[in-house]
Amino acid sequence: MRTARISYGGAIHEAFEWEGRLKLDDGRIVEEKDVVWLTPIVPRTVFALGLNYADHAAELAFDAPSEPLVFLKGPNTFIGHQSTTRRPADVSYMHYECELAVIIGKTARNVKKENAYKYIKGYSVANDYAIRDYLENYYRPNLRVKNRDTCTPFGPWLVDAADVADPMDLKLTTHVNNELVQQGTTKDMVFDIPTLIEYLSSFMTLSENDVILTGTPKGSVDTAVGDVVVTEVQGIGRLVNTIIGDESFTNR
Amino acid sequence: MVICTMENNSLVAKGVKYVSHARLKVLGVPELVSVDVGSGTKTVVIDGNEVNMNDIQFDTPITGTVFGTLMNFKGVLEGLAEAVHNKPYLSPPIAPVLYIKPANTFNRYGEGIPMPEGISQLEMGAALGIVIGKKAVAVNEQTALDYVAGFTIVNDVSIPHESIYRPAVQQKARDGFCPIGPWIVDRQAVSNPDDLPIRVYINDELRQENSTKNLIRPVARLLADVTEFMTLNPGDVLLVGVPEEAPQAKLGDKVRIEIAGIGILENVIVDEKTFIRRGTK
Repeated sequence: MRTARISYGGAIHEAFEWEGRLKLDDGRIVEEKDVVWLTPIVPRTVFALGLNYADHAAELAFDAPSEPLVFLKGPNTFIGHQSTTRRPADVSYMHYECELAVIIGKTARNVKKENAYKYIKGYSVANDYAIRDYLENYYRPNLRVKNRDTCTPFGPWLVDAADVADPMDLKLTTHVNNELVQQGTTKDMVFDIPTLIEYLSSFMTLSENDVILTGTPKGSVDTAVGDVVVTEVQGIGRLVNTIIGDESFTNR
Repeated sequence: MVICTMENNSLVAKGVKYVSHARLKVLGVPELVSVDVGSGTKTVVIDGNEVNMNDIQFDTPITGTVFGTLMNFKGVLEGLAEAVHNKPYLSPPIAPVLYIKPANTFNRYGEGIPMPEGISQLEMGAALGIVIGKKAVAVNEQTALDYVAGFTIVNDVSIPHESIYRPAVQQKARDGFCPIGPWIVDRQAVSNPDDLPIRVYINDELRQENSTKNLIRPVARLLADVTEFMTLNPGDVLLVGVPEEAPQAKLGDKVRIEIAGIGILENVIVDEKTFIRRGTK
C-alpha cells in the first residue's frame, strides 16, 4: 500500500492512491492537484549518507569510505512533494541528490544484518539538495550545506515494506526539465540497507519514523531557478520539486 | 512547609532570595511547571512551597531539536592553531559549524550517562543552551534575543575524538549523551548571556572554568548567523559551544556543570547495561 500525508480543505489527512486520484482517510476521493502534499511521515531522527555510491564518490574525487559517512538532518529542512526549494542568489553550484529513503518501523538496537529488514516500515524518495559553495572541512558536510530550509523534498508516498520485493535492486533517476541527468541503481550502494541498520543500531537506539537517506549515485549537475527537478525511485515514487530564487522571500 | 514572602519584588524563603523565574519538567507531568529558583541553592519554590531539588523527579525540559555549535570558544580555535590551515581543514571556519544531538541522546537531571562498552573516558561538554521561544527565521542581531524563551544547561557528552573533519555521529549521538536541565531560566532573568561563568566539577573537584565572555559568536550573533540558513522553532535548543579542554570522566564519576545564573546540572557516569531510557520521546 502507498499512503501519503496531505492537506485538503483546511485539515491534514492520510491519503491512499486511488486510480490516479487520492482517497482520503474519511472516504472522500479527490484529485491530486487539489491537495497540498506533506512529508509522508513526520520524520524523527534523520540520517543521511555521504559517498554511499562508489561512482558518486569518484565523481567528487573521493575514495569510497571504509565506514558509513553519516550526517544528521533537522526537521526544518523537509518539505513535501510538488513544493519549491530556494536557491540563494550568491551560489554557483547547487545540485539535487536522488535517494531511497528507508523509514524505520520500530525500536532497533544492536540489530544484526540478517534481521534488519524486520525493522523497516517502508520506503520513500528524498531529494537531498546540496549547495557546494558552502562546503567547509569541519564536520563536513555541515548543516549550512545540508540542513537549509526547503532543501530536502521528501515523498510523495510511504510505500509499505511488504510491497517492495528487493529494495537493493531499484533504479534511481533524476530529470531536470524532462532531461535525464542522473541514473543509478540501489544495487551499487557501498553500504547496503541491512549494513546501515546494523551499523547505526550498534551504537544508538533507532525508533519508529527515524529515516535513513541512503545516498545518491553519480550525476550531480548544477540547477537553476525555475528548474523542475524530478527524482524518482522505481516502484517507490516520483518526487517533483521546483527551484525558486531569493526574490520570493520578501523579508530577506 | 516553608513560608515564602515577597521582599523588593523577590521571593524570600528561609532568608534565601529566589531571583529567577524558570520552568521545569517533572516526570509524568505533561506541562512545564513554573518555579522560582535561587542561585547556589538546591531548592526551588513551586506555588509558594520550598522544595528540595532531590525531591523532584526532573525530566528533560526540551521538546524540539538540539543543535550544537562546534568551535565557538576562542580557546578552542586557538588550540587548533596552525592545524586549521593544514589538511584536511585547509582554512579556518567561516560559518557556524553545527551538529545535531538527536532525540535518543536526550537525558535528564540526575540520570546516569551511559558509558559505552569498550570506552573508558567520556568528554563532558558544558554548554549554555539557548531555548527558542518564537519561530526564528533570518533574525538580525539586534532583535535576536526576542526569539529566546530562556536558557538551560546542556552536557554535550562525546566520546573523545581528535578529527573534526567528518560529522561525529558515532561519538556524539549515543543514547543518553545529552543531559539537559534542570530547568529553563526565563530570558528576562538573565541580564547578559554573554557573561556567564561556567564551571565543571568531577567528583567535587573543579576541572574546568570558563565563561560565555569567550564566545567567538556571542548569543545574538550566533542566532543571527544560524537562522540566516536554518529556521529555529519554539522548543529547539541551540548550544553556544563547549569551552576548550573539556574534562573527561570515567565510570562512576559524578559530574556537575554550573552556569552562573542558570543552575547546576548533575549526572553520574554509569555502565550502559544499567542505563534504561525513559522520560520523553
